[in-house]
Amino acid sequence: MSLSHTRGNQTEHAPATIDTLPIVTWKWHHVEAPYLVALWVLVCWLCKLVFELNHRVTNIFPESGLLILIGFVLGGIVWGADKKATFALQPTTFFYYLLPQIILDAGYCMPNKLFFSNMGAILVYAVIGTCWNAGAVGISLWGCYEGGAMGKGHIIGFLQFLLFGSLLSAVDPVAVIAVFEEVHVNEVLFILVFGESLLNDGVTVVLYNVCDAFVSLGAAKINAAEIIKGIISFFVVAFGGALVGVIFAIILCLLTRCTKNIQIIEAGFIFVISYLSYLTAEMLSLSAIMAITFCGVCSQKYINVNMDERSVNTVRYAMKVFANGSETMIFVFLGISAIDPAIWVWNTGFILLTLLFVFVYRIMGVFFLTWFLNKTRLVPVETIEQVIMSYGGLRGGVAYALATVLDPVKIKEKNLMLCTTFLVIYFTVVLQGVTMKPLVKWLKVKRSAQSELKLIEKLNNRTFEHTLCAVEDICGRIGDNWWIRGWNRFEQKWICRYLMKPSARKSQDYLFGVFHQLNLEDAVNYVSEGERRGSLAFMRSEDAASVDFKKKFGTDMSDIMPDIMVNTDFNGLDVSMSSVTRESVPSVSLEIHENDTKNLRNNNDVNVHHLLQQHLYKSRKHHRHKYSRSHFSINQSEDEVQEIFQRTMRSRLESFKSAKMGVAPAKKISKHPQKDRQQKMSNGKSLDKSKAHPYGDEDFEFSDGNSASGGEAATHAFLYTTAGIVNRAFMPEMDTPPTMRTPPWLSQAETDGSVAPSQRAQRSLPWSPSNIRRLAPLRISNRSTDSFIMADVVKPPENPEDRNSRRDET
Amino acid sequence: MGSRGSTLSKIPNVDKLMQETGFSQAHIIRLHDRFRALDNDEKGYLCPQDFEAIKELAMNPIGDRIIGAFFAQGPQQETVDFNSFVKVLAHFRPTDKNRPKESTSPDPINSRTNKLKFAFQLYDQDKDGKISRDELLQVLRAMLEMQVTEEQLESITDRTIQESDTDRDNAISFEEFRKSLDKVNIEHKMSIRFLR
Repeated sequence: MSLSHTRGNQTEHAPATIDTLPIVTWKWHHVEAPYLVALWVLVCWLCKLVFELNHRVTNIFPESGLLILIGFVLGGIVWGADKKATFALQPTTFFYYLLPQIILDAGYCMPNKLFFSNMGAILVYAVIGTCWNAGAVGISLWGCYEGGAMGKGHIIGFLQFLLFGSLLSAVDPVAVIAVFEEVHVNEVLFILVFGESLLNDGVTVVLYNVCDAFVSLGAAKINAAEIIKGIISFFVVAFGGALVGVIFAIILCLLTRCTKNIQIIEAGFIFVISYLSYLTAEMLSLSAIMAITFCGVCSQKYINVNMDERSVNTVRYAMKVFANGSETMIFVFLGISAIDPAIWVWNTGFILLTLLFVFVYRIMGVFFLTWFLNKTRLVPVETIEQVIMSYGGLRGGVAYALATVLDPVKIKEKNLMLCTTFLVIYFTVVLQGVTMKPLVKWLKVKRSAQSELKLIEKLNNRTFEHTLCAVEDICGRIGDNWWIRGWNRFEQKWICRYLMKPSARKSQDYLFGVFHQLNLEDAVNYVSEGERRGSLAFMRSEDAASVDFKKKFGTDMSDIMPDIMVNTDFNGLDVSMSSVTRESVPSVSLEIHENDTKNLRNNNDVNVHHLLQQHLYKSRKHHRHKYSRSHFSINQSEDEVQEIFQRTMRSRLESFKSAKMGVAPAKKISKHPQKDRQQKMSNGKSLDKSKAHPYGDEDFEFSDGNSASGGEAATHAFLYTTAGIVNRAFMPEMDTPPTMRTPPWLSQAETDGSVAPSQRAQRSLPWSPSNIRRLAPLRISNRSTDSFIMADVVKPPENPEDRNSRRDET
Repeated sequence: MGSRGSTLSKIPNVDKLMQETGFSQAHIIRLHDRFRALDNDEKGYLCPQDFEAIKELAMNPIGDRIIGAFFAQGPQQETVDFNSFVKVLAHFRPTDKNRPKESTSPDPINSRTNKLKFAFQLYDQDKDGKISRDELLQVLRAMLEMQVTEEQLESITDRTIQESDTDRDNAISFEEFRKSLDKVNIEHKMSIRFLR
């Protein structure tokens, strides 16, 4: 550190001798290190900001490439100022501070079922493919060297070529994520490339260390024993790393079981513990990337269930921030580090041959291995996909870091190798990255199905699994499903017992979870539609604006409330071999990447977000913050969400029932979502009560509502009148089951129009639950166990009691 | 092998069967052995009790429906002979992507359409060509855990129908079924590897 240097420059400040009290001093040296770090982080992220301003550029050029280019510019500036590369990417910085969060993000958001069901293929590509790449490139280069293609200027031994080959062999997860996330290929293809890039670290580490050790030992001492040790070390490193990851995952799950009372920081545990797993593996010279990958992969399911929904969201978002941020920085620094003339050594033959061999051997490796795998795969990997896989063999930061760590004493041509590594990285990331998208389009690769979770798909997935299990039983053979079933039984019995909170275990049902999630999405949609249509406007204005709710059902799903779409995977008896659903979108940073780009474009979302946060969306455990770091108070009116939920269901049920009765046939289906929206709208508007809810969907109701609103001033009375009117409108279609009973305050509302609002209405938001109640048959179920069903199911006349009972339950 | 020849000769119409289903000889023999193993009383055909004897099927929520699917070839079918047995199982063969598409010959049993039809059959118990709300409700009730209440079940049913019911008849026809599963990889999900 140039501490003394800066001190020497100070005119005023000297530590011991001051003449007068300095009011302000210049303390650069105190803050130099963290300041620079923060400044660089800021600069890198600003670059990203700059690129995202113009989308035409990012559509053609992958962001990673652009970041590298800007890195060049910055590097040029630094070099111009300092005449030396003061800010190159250090391997320790890369490995300890920039890489772990990216890998953790990859592991945590990994679609597990897809990953494990393709594990065989992934392992084959990762292990055999990487070894083949390393060996083939190394040997070919050496052959060419011996053949004189590289001129006589350099002296590189055979082992050094092998070392070079091994450091270039690894497909880089960061680069793969960066390029593939913009391309959206289908899930299987993505998981194969991505899984390979994650798992090949185990191989790369071993190969690199082995070759490095061999280079140190010298060719003379290598005998069979050393080679065998090398092979053994591979297994130890890879499986050891995975084991470390699994152990830490277990610790993490056990920990999240007990963090109920510290929900405010429980989101932080995953970061700390997985980072520790990374460092522990590194300390034991095992594969750190495997460790943190498996830590994320194994723990995701359990901690998502154990932690509060909000913590899960926090984790998800924070991870994306870190991962994306690190990725940005890595690419910028890859650019900056290249501008260092000290390392520029050019050897045409070496560089061109390296590029050629890397490319060609990748293709050969992929095709050969796929041919071999397709014999046993259920769904073969097609030729086109193989082309994309070979084209997607991108090298990135890991290769660079490994090249930097090369010992210049042992390896005299370190600079040449470093330079070549840079060129390979740029070639793959920039060139292949740019051409990837057009290539995918041109070859008509199956793109990922960006479909929303549909209940029927999920239901059928389940059905198919059961069917396959049944057929396997009938055939009497042990098939894939047998293993999966066995694993699930084991998991249910042992793992869930220890790693999951008891309350979480009870509430696990796969289909129901999906259903719940879909309802939440609907709720969000309704409010957002209302918002967008300026519903706030007619709260203020006198005239009724007719609101058209005939909007698409949830097409702007992705840009609304990413936090609502909690991908809590209630994986109770999940047996599926693969699931093509939104919650397992395999692109790691894709979700938030897409989400934040869309969010930026539409300000309304922010308002809706806010509205929801404050009014509508209350999860089962809703916390409204006071400004206190440690104290959360549970929202009093948390039965609201239960009611909303129940209400939606009832009204839909009602509409279907009436559809069956043949009343108002054509508009039935489109009507009921509007009805729901109406309800939701009223729920959402906590602010104004005195205005009409003039979003009648039918003209006749609408005008009625309007005329009623004209006269009314009293809020509650008005509401109930509206309720009455709305009810009147809907009455003819209603199926009045004999068991329906109207709550007393409602029947009053219809008759005299001025009622004392019930305690319940007073306590909660001033929408009226009454009209909804009218619509729904009051079904008293004696089977309900869930607390939020109890909310509306309890007999209406028992108003004081049901509130008490509800309070008891919640 | 001698035993192979004799086994094959016991099965009537073995060539036709192999051609229709696409199973190889080895598979046919294996399935025949299994058929005989399931056939407790050496009757030469299977009855529902034989299937129910497979204890894992009892633990399968839709086990009974699968059993029913075997007996669905004709009305009031009581027995399953080997040919029908094999034909039903042929639905689960992985699809043969490389098979040349002949427009004249009918779809093979393990084509996507036929797999979907098999799945449809599992839901549509009364064979009216539509999955009515009640039928769907029954399936859901079977497949969802006990803690889901009746109302929730109904809501889920309604929602499921709503998602795929394009002609608003409150039931899912085969076309709607097929369309809603357009994006699902049926070839993968309805195939068993060892039946290839």
